[in-house]
Amino acid sequence: MARAEKTGRYRTIFRFVSGSWRFYFMALVFSMLATVFNFLTPQVIRFTVDSVIGEEPVNLPGIVSSLYEMVGGRETLRSHLLICSLAVVVVALISGVCNFASRISTSKASEGFVRRLRGALFSHIQKLPFQWHMDNQTGDIIQRCTSDVEVMRSFVTNQLLEVCRTVFLIVFAMTLMFPMNAKMTWAALAFIPIVAFYSGFFYRKISKRFLVADEAEGALSAAVQENLTGVRVVRAFGREKFEIQRFDEKNNRFSDLWIRLGYVLGTYWGVGDLFTGLQILVILLLGTHEAVSGNITLGEFLVFLSYNQSLVWPIRGLGRILSEMSKSGVSADRLCYILNSQEETDRSDARPAPMDRDIAFHHVTYHFHDQSPVLDDVDFTIPAGSTFAILGSTGSGKSTLMHLLDRLYDLPEGSGSITIGGVDIRKMPRAWVRKNIGMVLQEPFLFSRTIEENIASCIPEGTSGEDRLRQVRRAASIACIDGAISSFQQGYDTIVGERGVTLSGGQKQRVAIARMLVQNAPIMVFDDSLSAVDAETDSSIRKALKENTGGSTVILISHRITTLMQADQILVLENGKVAQLGTHEQLLRQDGIYREIYDIQMNQQDREAATM
Amino acid sequence: MSSIREEEYNKPLNLRIWAKMLPFFKPYRKEIFAIIALMLLSALIDVCFPLMQSFAVDHFILPGTVEGVVPFGVGYALMVLTQTLIVIAFSRLSMVVEMCTGRDLKRAAFVHLQTLSFSYYNTTPVGYILARVMSDTNKISSMVAWGLVDVLWAFAYVVGVFIAMLFLNLRLALIIMIIVPFIAVLTVYFQNKILHWNRKVRAINSRITGAYNEGIMGARTSKTMVIEEKNEQDFRNLTDEMYHASVHTAMLNAVYIPSILFFSSMAVALVLARGGYLVMNELIQFGTLSAFISYAIGIFEPIQQLARIAADFVSTQANIERVTGLLERQPDIVDSPEVVAKYGDAFESKRENWEPIKGDIEFEDVSFKYPDGGDYVLRHFNLKIPAGTTVAIVGETGAGKSTLVNLACRFFEPTEGRVLIDGVDYRERSQLWLHSNIGYVLQNPHLFSGTVRDNIRYGRLDATEEEIQEAARKVSADTVVAKLDKGYDSDVGEGGDRLSTGEKQLISFARAVLADPRIFVLDEATSSIDTQTELLIQNAISHLLQNRTSFLIAHRLSTIRQADLILVVREGKIVEQGTHEQLLRQKGYYHSLYNKQFMEEAMLRSMGK
Repeated sequence: MARAEKTGRYRTIFRFVSGSWRFYFMALVFSMLATVFNFLTPQVIRFTVDSVIGEEPVNLPGIVSSLYEMVGGRETLRSHLLICSLAVVVVALISGVCNFASRISTSKASEGFVRRLRGALFSHIQKLPFQWHMDNQTGDIIQRCTSDVEVMRSFVTNQLLEVCRTVFLIVFAMTLMFPMNAKMTWAALAFIPIVAFYSGFFYRKISKRFLVADEAEGALSAAVQENLTGVRVVRAFGREKFEIQRFDEKNNRFSDLWIRLGYVLGTYWGVGDLFTGLQILVILLLGTHEAVSGNITLGEFLVFLSYNQSLVWPIRGLGRILSEMSKSGVSADRLCYILNSQEETDRSDARPAPMDRDIAFHHVTYHFHDQSPVLDDVDFTIPAGSTFAILGSTGSGKSTLMHLLDRLYDLPEGSGSITIGGVDIRKMPRAWVRKNIGMVLQEPFLFSRTIEENIASCIPEGTSGEDRLRQVRRAASIACIDGAISSFQQGYDTIVGERGVTLSGGQKQRVAIARMLVQNAPIMVFDDSLSAVDAETDSSIRKALKENTGGSTVILISHRITTLMQADQILVLENGKVAQLGTHEQLLRQDGIYREIYDIQMNQQDREAATM
Repeated sequence: MSSIREEEYNKPLNLRIWAKMLPFFKPYRKEIFAIIALMLLSALIDVCFPLMQSFAVDHFILPGTVEGVVPFGVGYALMVLTQTLIVIAFSRLSMVVEMCTGRDLKRAAFVHLQTLSFSYYNTTPVGYILARVMSDTNKISSMVAWGLVDVLWAFAYVVGVFIAMLFLNLRLALIIMIIVPFIAVLTVYFQNKILHWNRKVRAINSRITGAYNEGIMGARTSKTMVIEEKNEQDFRNLTDEMYHASVHTAMLNAVYIPSILFFSSMAVALVLARGGYLVMNELIQFGTLSAFISYAIGIFEPIQQLARIAADFVSTQANIERVTGLLERQPDIVDSPEVVAKYGDAFESKRENWEPIKGDIEFEDVSFKYPDGGDYVLRHFNLKIPAGTTVAIVGETGAGKSTLVNLACRFFEPTEGRVLIDGVDYRERSQLWLHSNIGYVLQNPHLFSGTVRDNIRYGRLDATEEEIQEAARKVSADTVVAKLDKGYDSDVGEGGDRLSTGEKQLISFARAVLADPRIFVLDEATSSIDTQTELLIQNAISHLLQNRTSFLIAHRLSTIRQADLILVVREGKIVEQGTHEQLLRQKGYYHSLYNKQFMEEAMLRSMGK
């Protein structure tokens, strides 16, 4: 079973390779060709040294032999050594061209793969249910989409190709070396497993330490960042010294870990060099012995040494690559976790239905996972075109109620239903429901684009620029933010977020309101979306909204009685249950939470009235 | 996720810039000299290896004897062993130099940051500063440690090889030298381009990370607005850009590396032609030719390396300039030497000399404008705030309510005039003295990652467990704590992310309470807490404000009813001041603010009655 899982995860990832097969194939072929021609150079040198300069009998494969005869044999070459040099250059040129082609193909293969993988991840994440987003941490997902993608990239391109290339290199070199001298080849071969295992073993040991050291750097970086973002707190409490102590701790830990890592690394490199040096020495001595005994020619001796040299580094790399590859399974799993999560789907019989109708919550009960219910048998109706207000303390379930309405969460069967105009919203396409419900969240998210682009998010593509800006400005003035935006140097072209202007909480909320207004939805939800706006602006926005929302059904969530009390109906939620429902006057007459909160918020005002 | 756009760096090598780093390397000069010596020795041995090979050819193979091969083998083995030891030693030393200079640089930057004024923080993004403290210092120190190693080795090796070649055969040596400038020019040309494109790729990469961040953080918003498709299109454009930039970079490498290899085989070819001729005419020995061929192949890697590191050294200047730019930045607010001598600085306080603070604050003919330009926001402003007074500052969002607080807390200093604390100009006391006596709760409270207890204790580091819990109780933060899994040991997450804004406010309140300051600043601390919790806080506040000088910055008129003095701010200027009753009687701006806020209730009341 484990086996099947393993192939499964690679199959998911390898899906993204298809489409680049052509480039992979070319990369492999050209890199092999480059290796072949690379190995020819020493052969040309050997031939020149042995048969042209020296006295060895000519021993060439067919075509080259006839070519050799054509140019005039040994005598011509002896008087024109440049011809041999030309051969070296030509071989190098061909090898260079192959090298070039292999690099380009590798890059196209790898970049194509990564582009497809990234695109799929992004698009998939967009379509995953909101619950999934709640259950997973942003930082972790980003980590997967960046570092793990990098690991997979180097796995399917660099590492796989590199291993193929190295194996080919070794095999090819062996086929050239064995005919020259079997004894020396066996000696060279003997070192391969030793060096490869040594590198692999050490690498694996070290990579754990690398991880720890990287984490220490992350911790240090986070500490600095916190100090910088919290600079006001640090100063206000005069905690500079304390901060430096904390920083020193992390800074020292980070550098100590690396210094210790350096000790291990130094040994690793040194011992690796020792193996390599000894191997060369063995070949050198053995080769000298064989040459003196007349078993190989001088030219062969030199070629053998140079082949041996060119094997050293790839073999050292092989061990590292193999152990690195063995870790890629973890990254593949981490990516599959995202890719195999279920996207939001609509029922096959989902049909749009009119949304400008009464909204009814029928005995709605909802809980997250196995916790106690957030909503418990909530039952009420919001008449079409009315203004409906919800009051409740933190955690009373107000936001969940709205998330359910917008189908960010779906009610399971048997937990009640939400209908609009009598039609269950689960029987409508999600996109339809959401397009027809304009929602402003308490901590709204603005995209790091221009303000205009943010507000115009919902304006269909193809609307003329002029028309677009007109709609945007209209919405902005209703949300009482037009003035503030115009006062920015770049007006509506101001980029928000880290790359541009940082808006205050109140400004963000108002931009988000404007963005929602552009949607022209028959249902509008304000989820505590004026909390960061001061009272004066709050009331002018509400006034403008009232004049401009026309026949839309408006749902208001707020802590402020002044915001709520003009609604046609007010719902008081407490611990997921409907505590009170009625008009402001009705609720005031009842002896309940609403009255209590009203008194708290209003009593000072009574006193003011008395003094006036 | 920040995508700070750094400017492209195009300056020649400038030793004056590097000289600024000298104080940071000086403590490690012993290690650095040891590295230099080791690298020279290592290069010497590397130069000798091909000579050993040519020795074997000339003395064993050609004469056909193995006499003396044992001492030869031993000698060779000793060279390998020495080289091994050198590698172990220098890599350890280099790591020590890298990490220690990096650590010192980071520390210097961090310590300096603790003294910089808010005007710096207000105008500089955090990501920008973070890059200087972390990545720039890393780059500098690794460049010094490893760049130095590579440069010295490559340089010594190249020089050694040329000396060896000159001794072996002058004309053959000259042939190889002809190729060198080609390689050098090629390398410099391509390195600059590759560097430029690599930067571009990195920049796009950080935008991709940013896009993921946005795609995830904004998932709910995207869903509610049904704009997933649009986001995907934007993302696709970004990955396309990445594809083209990466392939272009690969293209540059694909041209560069083979051309270098080609030039190096040109050298081999020339040596073969000329050297073969010399061997045939018995002007040189076979072994010499083989050594030359090894050199011709081996010398180009170090030459490339030299050119590459030279380019790298130049680009590191940009990092140095960024770090020194930070280190040389002068804080706007500094304690005078006399003050430091008496009261100590931000790190080493002399608390024994600190006067106890009463909390009288007086603005005396204060004029002020923000350092980053603009008009005066205060002109000849005078105000006496006796100890224990509660001052409320009201006005619209963005009207400049924080200015007075910034001045009173000495986050900014008056452009003209003085601010007196207990009758003394606060510039005659240390900043730490003042800040140690201020409690501060921000609109967006900032918590540090760590436990709830750590965060409350931040207010007073030596507070006992009982005091911490008492402080939490006073502001009802204990209700927050009770809801958490591990109580006071619960981790609040990065920046307090695991708590809601309201909960963070309560914790930051407890923190301020624990500090038991004489001056209290509350910046709209009650805006998104539900009414019942807010009531608890209100009660706690009114209790806490007693006997303390305090500033309340509040949107809601209801929160300021306790104030002894109300300052009404409009467009950055104080337009009215007085008690609530006085201001209402004036029927000015405050009056209209008040009316708007309560008009609805007033209407309602008349309806209800």
